[in-house]
Amino acid sequence: MTRYLTALGRATLDTLSSIGRAGLFLVQSIICLPSREGFHLWLRQMHFVGVMSVAIVLVSGLFIGMVLALQGFTILVGFGADEALGQMVALSLVRELAPVVAALLFAGRAGSALTAEIGLMKATEQLTSMEMIGVDPLRRIVAPRLWAGFVSLPILTVIFGVVGIWGGYLVGVEWLGVYAGSYWSNMQDSVNFVDDVLNGMVKSLVFGLVVTWIAVFQGYDLIPTSEGISRATTRTVVYASLAVLGLDFVLTALMFGDLG
Amino acid sequence: MDDPIMVEVKDLHFSRGNTDIFRGVDLQIPLGKITAIMGPSGTGKTTLLKLIGGQLAPDRGQILIGGQDVHRLSRRSLFKLRRRMGMLFQSGALFSDLDVFENVAFPLRIHTELPNAMIRDIVLMKLQAVGLRGARHLMPSELSGGMARRVALARAVALDPDLVLYDEPFVGQDPISMGVLVQLIKKVNLALGLTAIVVSHDIKETLSIADYVYIIADGRVMAHGTPQTLDVNDDAHVKQFVHGEPDGPVPFHYPAPDFFDDILAPAGQFS
Ligand SMILES: Nc1ncnc2c1ncn2[C@@H]1O[C@H](COP(=O)(O)OP(=O)(O)OP(=O)(O)O)[C@@H](O)[C@H]1O
Ligand SMILES: [Mg+2]
Repeated sequence: MTRYLTALGRATLDTLSSIGRAGLFLVQSIICLPSREGFHLWLRQMHFVGVMSVAIVLVSGLFIGMVLALQGFTILVGFGADEALGQMVALSLVRELAPVVAALLFAGRAGSALTAEIGLMKATEQLTSMEMIGVDPLRRIVAPRLWAGFVSLPILTVIFGVVGIWGGYLVGVEWLGVYAGSYWSNMQDSVNFVDDVLNGMVKSLVFGLVVTWIAVFQGYDLIPTSEGISRATTRTVVYASLAVLGLDFVLTALMFGDLG
Repeated sequence: MDDPIMVEVKDLHFSRGNTDIFRGVDLQIPLGKITAIMGPSGTGKTTLLKLIGGQLAPDRGQILIGGQDVHRLSRRSLFKLRRRMGMLFQSGALFSDLDVFENVAFPLRIHTELPNAMIRDIVLMKLQAVGLRGARHLMPSELSGGMARRVALARAVALDPDLVLYDEPFVGQDPISMGVLVQLIKKVNLALGLTAIVVSHDIKETLSIADYVYIIADGRVMAHGTPQTLDVNDDAHVKQFVHGEPDGPVPFHYPAPDFFDDILAPAGQFS
């Protein structure tokens, strides 16, 4: 019993101290003056973190939109409401699926890569040697990656949403024969810019911050061995995915909770 | 040893987990000289360099560089101090996303406002000195271990620092590049008057360039002196180390239970 309590206490302390370290880490890295040099580093990371994730987001967005239209159509047609298909596809994507699925894909594609990359730099003493040259790796390595993550996930989410709506159009209108005019006009009437689009963007901003933060911190804080790197990479994907799903519930409750 | 002191280590204590690595080490590194630090593998030479560079903090004692206590500096002043230091890591630690040229240029681009043409000249000079001017476009992954270490050496002296810490500069070098490196370290020391700390196991080479030598074993300074005085030192430990004899008071093995007991341990008692 005592042993159990001790273990519990230690685990709690470990968790708290690691959250503390992670918080300090975030603050130290994102607070920095913009500079030309920093801008170049950030652009480079935008390429690795953002641009390289576009393909997977395009393909997934397309398929999710297509499946949504297919599923939605079979339900809606039963009520004779198949012209509401556009509304259904757009609202599901904008409010939920685009921010959440894009964030999950981002955690798997970019998050794991960030952890492994920074972890390997740590294991090969590149971070220490940078410190010895008098350059703070938080500024030079971590900050551009964090900023690239914050900025690129919302953009990826928009791409996901747009492609998804187009995929819904392909299946609903081109294949299942919903009238194109009602697909688009229903969508326009029902999607509210502030309530839906803006809230969806807020979600993806929060997800972008949390996923990149977890990924970069796991890389920076890992035990510098090959086993440590593989564990940290797994942790990034698991923690980031759980955080996205949990936060999604919290944010949705805050944004739409007072409706009902 | 009446020269002015560049680095002073006072009563240094440091432990990792339950192992005491240093138990009261005192060192004085004279300004403008080459000081060698030698000792059996695993005694903490790399750890000592990391303590001097401020990456690790001692449990007790002080390390002064030019009179400043390294471990009391703010992060900012520490980084400023490090600009005047170069360190050659045991593993090389080249930046894997930059090619050889950019690795050597890195400290220059960060800390100077020199125009590109001048940076290019300096980098090519440093690479020429380590014999790798022709390898400037290679990525670190395309270098052999010995080449990577030479590039790292060029990077460590790129800014012409006041103090250079060399961790095992000669490991993995063929006899020719070894000779070149030994001369190189001596030459930059003479020409620029920089202070060097060389950690190495290559006794002959190290003693040939060092002005002063510390031998560390067992968490303490076991002996120190000029190469000449150490060579004629009668202490059994020193003799064994300087002449590289396998048998003697300095243990070759990491602490372990008796070998025969270990080998003959009955099945089920393996640990
Ligand atoms: N990160 C670490 N965590 C725990 N112990 C460590 C760590 N790094 C080194 N040690 C221990 O510290 C001791 C000194 O290590 P160090 O690397 O300083 O030795 P060294 O004198 O440089 O050896 P070598 O000549 O083989 O390079 C070793 O016994 C090692 O087991
Ligand atoms: Mg070492």
